[in-house]
Amino acid sequence: MRIDKQTNGETLIVRLDGELDEHTAQKMREAVQESLGDEITRLVLNLHGVTFIDSSGLGAILGRFREISQRNGRMCLVSVNPQVRHILELAGVLKIMPLYRSETRALEEA
Amino acid sequence: MEDCNELVLEFVSRPENVAVARVTVAALAAQLDPSLPELDDVRLAVSEAVTNATIHAYPGTTGRVVVRARLCQRRLTVEIIDYGQGIADIEQARQPSFSTDPNPERMGLGFAFMESCMDQVEVESAPGRGTTIRLIKEFPEVPAEDS
Repeated sequence: MRIDKQTNGETLIVRLDGELDEHTAQKMREAVQESLGDEITRLVLNLHGVTFIDSSGLGAILGRFREISQRNGRMCLVSVNPQVRHILELAGVLKIMPLYRSETRALEEA
Repeated sequence: MEDCNELVLEFVSRPENVAVARVTVAALAAQLDPSLPELDDVRLAVSEAVTNATIHAYPGTTGRVVVRARLCQRRLTVEIIDYGQGIADIEQARQPSFSTDPNPERMGLGFAFMESCMDQVEVESAPGRGTTIRLIKEFPEVPAEDS
């Protein structure tokens, strides 16, 4: 899994590329943790390059959501493929986190 | 005698091997020319079962996991076998959102996903005797399109 991060003021953008499972979820967790400074109140998770997700990947996404919510921050998702979308819907994740087509939209609206 | 194809994988219960199992079984299933959603179902179910073996079977250590996948006509049977601590209460383990792991990021959705992806999910386990998960999926023949 490739993880690319960008901090922009109070916003942290994380772009994932690969398959999000038990192994890579751990990497994602660590990568986000590392960059989640006190100033960050908005997390934009770009899943454009994610070709597969399972319940471990879901757990890692919801864990980040819980964490940013605890500091009264917000989190949104960007650009998911059909398999990923199906799983996010099945687990009800899209009811608690907005999903945007592009980072530009997410940054404007989230 | 049925004409079947079979493959057996054996590996150490490490998280990086979950992808190996999922991709290999999906490659076997791909011989049936399944639809993409069908293939996604296989990948997800195998991922969940192997992840369970990786996380739960050998607490604090690693052990062997065997994945036996068998293709007979249009039926795929995948057995995920570990020799670990076993499941004390199978009924409870299969409940959505149940997890023995106190980590809040453990969703407890493994069995729920396996069941939604496969036609049949069987669990054989006893404390100290390891666990075998059997996943079965039929791939209905897609009628050829008129040309």
